[in-house]
Amino acid sequence: MSSMRLEATNVRLAYEKIVIVDDLTLRIPDGQISVLIGPNGCGKSTALRSLSRLLAPAAGSVVLDGQDIHRLSTREVARRMAILPQMLVAPESITVEDLVWFGRHPHRGALKTPSRDDREIVGWALDVTGMADMRRRFVDHLSGGQRQRAWIALCLAQGTDLILLDEPTTFLDVAYQLEVLDLLAELNREQGKTIAMVLHDFNMASEYADHIFVMKDGALVTQGSPAEVLTSEIFHQVFGITSQVVTHPVSGRPLCIPIKGRQRAVTAVAGRV
Amino acid sequence: MTTTTPRRSTAAALDSADARRSTRHWTVPLVLVAISLVLSVVTLGIGTAGIGVGDAVGMLVGATDPGKTHIMLQFLSPRVILCWLVGIGLAVSGSVLQGVIRNPLAAPDIIGITKGAGVGAMLMLLWFPMAPTGAIPVAAFVGGLLAALLVYVFAYRRGTSPVRLALVGIAVSALCEAIIRLLIVRNPPDVNAALIWLTGSLFGRSMSDVWQFLPWVVVLVPLIVLYARRLDVLGLGDDLAAGLGEPVERTRRLVLLLAVALASASVAVAGTVGFIGLIAPHIARSLVGGRHLALLPSSAAVGVTLMLVSDAIGRGLIPPTEIPVGLVTAFIGGPYFLYLLAKLARSTTSGR
Repeated sequence: MSSMRLEATNVRLAYEKIVIVDDLTLRIPDGQISVLIGPNGCGKSTALRSLSRLLAPAAGSVVLDGQDIHRLSTREVARRMAILPQMLVAPESITVEDLVWFGRHPHRGALKTPSRDDREIVGWALDVTGMADMRRRFVDHLSGGQRQRAWIALCLAQGTDLILLDEPTTFLDVAYQLEVLDLLAELNREQGKTIAMVLHDFNMASEYADHIFVMKDGALVTQGSPAEVLTSEIFHQVFGITSQVVTHPVSGRPLCIPIKGRQRAVTAVAGRV
Repeated sequence: MTTTTPRRSTAAALDSADARRSTRHWTVPLVLVAISLVLSVVTLGIGTAGIGVGDAVGMLVGATDPGKTHIMLQFLSPRVILCWLVGIGLAVSGSVLQGVIRNPLAAPDIIGITKGAGVGAMLMLLWFPMAPTGAIPVAAFVGGLLAALLVYVFAYRRGTSPVRLALVGIAVSALCEAIIRLLIVRNPPDVNAALIWLTGSLFGRSMSDVWQFLPWVVVLVPLIVLYARRLDVLGLGDDLAAGLGEPVERTRRLVLLLAVALASASVAVAGTVGFIGLIAPHIARSLVGGRHLALLPSSAAVGVTLMLVSDAIGRGLIPPTEIPVGLVTAFIGGPYFLYLLAKLARSTTSGR
């Protein structure tokens, strides 16, 4: 495999002394949407944090554009890669537009007034996320879906080709989940943005991902296209569920249908046949 | 680097929105400064010296007799100037602390600076009663800085979480308070001067106090304003701030140091004037929003107004007795603090 812009090689990740991930290698495919999935506590968010430079690996290295990411300054990384962490606090009394302007932070000096380019990209980020009409509203007054789009607009205003997102759809109603993921898919398709994210919902991952990393207990179990990776064996092995994987009638991608209680025994047999 | 297809319309709309907003950002502090100027002149005439508001206004046009003018310039104007400087110092420091600690209840009083400065000043008064008066502010400043350092050391675990910092701050404040009480109990005859200082008072301040304190404000406030946008970015949370290219820990440490220095210096000159650093940023935020470039000047202006009003009330309420300004701010600030708590409780129980 040729080298990608963002790669983690043999990283060990730990908080204090507790090792979460040991010897993980992830190469984020350029120009694609890749999704990390896995059960709670499997280290997928930790892995994304290390790719984002938020967590320094105890061993191994994360490389961005051929350079060790920890050799680069925070600012330099921010000019090449936008990240959207999971727990976001909407600051008090900040308008959507103010929020999106923060995306220009890595590109601006302390006293420089915004340039024409800054304005244009902020305007574009507001437009493309559909937040232009809401730009004077306070972020803390928005609905969950609107707020999430505002955060994404901020990342877009950073103007980077690489975007990492940690569970951007958590706590959102399904319509908003689709809205957010559609937006990301569109950015990938039309602007060629490389998107890597952690998703909780494996069926959403199947619908939107070009490349899926499946993780369990801090290790990579398998990776590949949804069709290659998402099988009922994997769902059993990784998530501990009995399921039937069918083809999505519209998208043609794998769709996992979990099976409940008493019907499990029957299907387990049927699945093996 | 990215191919973008901006729509001119939105970009153009941003320009006009910018213009509209920045007008408001400047009118609010300017109006407040105008109010403060009027208050400064008017309150010069309030107090014990048998001088009226009319004399104060008259002085401006030279219609007041030289004796009264002398009293106002000699004894009252340093006081008014200090109201301005202390108001600015506490309010700006409070705004920064609330922004950095990301806790709406954070203020110099809450994270231990004020009480630490109190301990420093008391020790100086009790151990070195012969020391020149100029030594008290220095001791207070050292105390405030030490308390803040203590808070930071205890709150630091591979970075400082805002909640942790606030909790440790409250603990250190309580510790300092206990030390102060112990000192009061053990040294009853010597505590009078300390007690007055502890409540916060501008009584008997002279121009030399002004000159001592002025450099702190003139140097530190502009430095903090330079950091305005980085403060905004820190307010987005550590991870996102780092994602936006901000070296979070380094910036936070520096800005905290500036805020602590400013608050300690303020407390050193005026004693423990509480609540200004807590309330002024809140009022300013409701007027101009949360962005620091707008917030800092407005907050400073609110701080000045509050100080002037409080000091005037303290002088004018039951003359000839003077109520220390710290007591007045506590009277105004206490209820406001409760209101803030109630508001906070409401917003946390009703969900995000």
